[in-house]
Amino acid sequence: MIAFLIKRLFHAFLVMFIISVISFAIQDNLGDPIQQMVGQSVPDSERAELREELGLNDPFMVQYLRFAKNAMHFDFGYSYFYGEPTIEVVLRHLPATLELVFATTVLIMLFSVPIGVYSAIKPRSPLSRLFMGVSIVGISIPVFLTAIVLIQIFAIGVQFTPFPVDTGWGSWLNGLLSTDGGMPAYGRGDVVHVVGTWSTNFASLEGLSYLVLPSISLASIMLPLFIRLIRAEMLEVLQSDYVKFAKAKGISMRRIYFVHALKNTMLPVITVGGVQIGTLVAYTILTETVFQWPGVGLMFLDAIERSDIPLIVTYLMIVGLIFVITNTLVDLIYGLVNPTVKLTGKPA
Amino acid sequence: MALLEVSNLDVRFALRQGDVKALRDVSFTLDRGERLGIVGESGAGKSVAAFTILNLIAKPGYIADGSIRFDGRELTTMKPRQLQQIRGNKVSMIFQDPMMTLNPVLTIGEQMIECLKAHRRIRRRDAREIALNKLHQVYIPSPERRLDQYPHELSGGMRQRIIIAIALLLDPDVIVADEPTTALDVTIQAEIMELLLELCEKHNVALILITHDLGVVSQVTQRMLVMYAGRVIEQGPTREIINDAEHPYTQGLINALPQMATPGQRLNQIPGSMPSLANTPPGCAFHPRCSFSVDANGERRRDCREVIPTFVRSGNCDVACHMVRELVERHSPEHDASDNGPSEKREAL
Repeated sequence: MIAFLIKRLFHAFLVMFIISVISFAIQDNLGDPIQQMVGQSVPDSERAELREELGLNDPFMVQYLRFAKNAMHFDFGYSYFYGEPTIEVVLRHLPATLELVFATTVLIMLFSVPIGVYSAIKPRSPLSRLFMGVSIVGISIPVFLTAIVLIQIFAIGVQFTPFPVDTGWGSWLNGLLSTDGGMPAYGRGDVVHVVGTWSTNFASLEGLSYLVLPSISLASIMLPLFIRLIRAEMLEVLQSDYVKFAKAKGISMRRIYFVHALKNTMLPVITVGGVQIGTLVAYTILTETVFQWPGVGLMFLDAIERSDIPLIVTYLMIVGLIFVITNTLVDLIYGLVNPTVKLTGKPA
Repeated sequence: MALLEVSNLDVRFALRQGDVKALRDVSFTLDRGERLGIVGESGAGKSVAAFTILNLIAKPGYIADGSIRFDGRELTTMKPRQLQQIRGNKVSMIFQDPMMTLNPVLTIGEQMIECLKAHRRIRRRDAREIALNKLHQVYIPSPERRLDQYPHELSGGMRQRIIIAIALLLDPDVIVADEPTTALDVTIQAEIMELLLELCEKHNVALILITHDLGVVSQVTQRMLVMYAGRVIEQGPTREIINDAEHPYTQGLINALPQMATPGQRLNQIPGSMPSLANTPPGCAFHPRCSFSVDANGERRRDCREVIPTFVRSGNCDVACHMVRELVERHSPEHDASDNGPSEKREAL
């Protein structure tokens, strides 16, 4: 177990090293920071001075080593735009994103398991076919389009009047087809401060209502993936000899489905799913932009527009770190759940 | 009355190309404590027969016709819940591959206790006690420890012992063993077979042994069925069939045993291979491979080509073969000599 952790830690360092080289290379080649920092009236001589002062004329290796040394202390320099340490800017935006990802994960777990299991147990039922059809649609539509449609329907409202409005039944039918809107779809609304830079949406009903549309649209791409994954795994497990043997033992179908089959189904789902949850952090860029959700995704997009390179690099490093951490956690959980896997430092 | 009575069983698989008939007109009986062998090549329908007994045939397979009566109760029309009460309780199964039969994420103890709890109102501690006792019976070393182990921590032979222990948990009347030793090491095979035989005899459990190992069948079973392309083609007392098979196919099987070959020569074989169930020849399914179906002019006999043979009584055996029928009906005194050749050698088996 300890050996496993040490080995994973080593892996994590290796991955972070590669990410840091790539992000630094981006930093070195992405636009001219001097141009962003000073006004047009500043003469070339002053620009050259600033360039020298910031160490931008040093060789790549020297610059990288300086960067890496500071990065070890989570010091990624100052944001050109905010004028404060980038890490503080990122930490200020991170809770919003993590809360959004958390809400989405809860949605995914709540719906993917029952729907996936149901459509595996009854693959031919009309409901299963409907789930499968809708999930294909969900996977195919890009997140931002889903988000915009959701905003139109639930935030702005749709007035649809194909039936005569002056009759009772007509306005009733029109009412069925129309929505009032009113769901919040801009920003986080009122949040409750918890600790440090963390303010939460989960403390009040109103705060939660701000989470609804963003988390649904973020889930729209992952939920179908999970449903299909669980269904496919479950279908395979149901064909296995040990499920047949359990049937031959006279065990109730309920126990066969939810103990014998589901436990085996969840093993690969944990591995794939864990990694996908990590990916969600990156997916938030689109969702946050559409909903103006003040998280790191929106911050990253703004930083790109402003060529705020230190902030871009910090974002890449932090998201990379989140990836590495979730992956390690997933491996750890997998080892604990699957009895046939022993967590050792030895190569498999 | 027989304990298990299977009559005129037809099992089909509904595939896109149409129904494939996996079992046709299969009938047999099993008495309390009797041991019955079912033999045949791969694809003859042996395993389908095994699974059908407990109505465990998975979709798209279904029982098209026939009846399975166990202890006077009809299983083919029984409600799933009642059937569940018989599975594992009155009739239990042993599968082919012990590496795949136990659930990898549940402990041995869990998989034994759940079976007891499914059929009896019993406290967990008592169930554990029974499980332990059964593990003793199948000679598992340090059984207490095994209960908390996972399947992957045990060897194949050990797992098959545990599966036998599970099969015996509720003192069933019948055990259906589908090639219980095929996936095991040759050295372990004999041990497991001996154990199974010993336990069946001790507890007076009837056994249906499905295998393609004629040696095992002759040692373990009292009666046997030979299957070919979904049909039973010969059945009777094991000793009689092994020593004096009537059906040309059974003769071929016995001749193909390595013991039957002359040293230094190629092993005997039946020419050709078994037809796929989707495409069985008309008449006797074996006729394209049968050397006896060719008449003196070198042409295939018409009845073999066109008419499905029915059973004819020969000695204590039932045989489905036109040639045997002719011989029996003629009461030919030399009919024993007609299956010329291997009969002397068969004595050696």
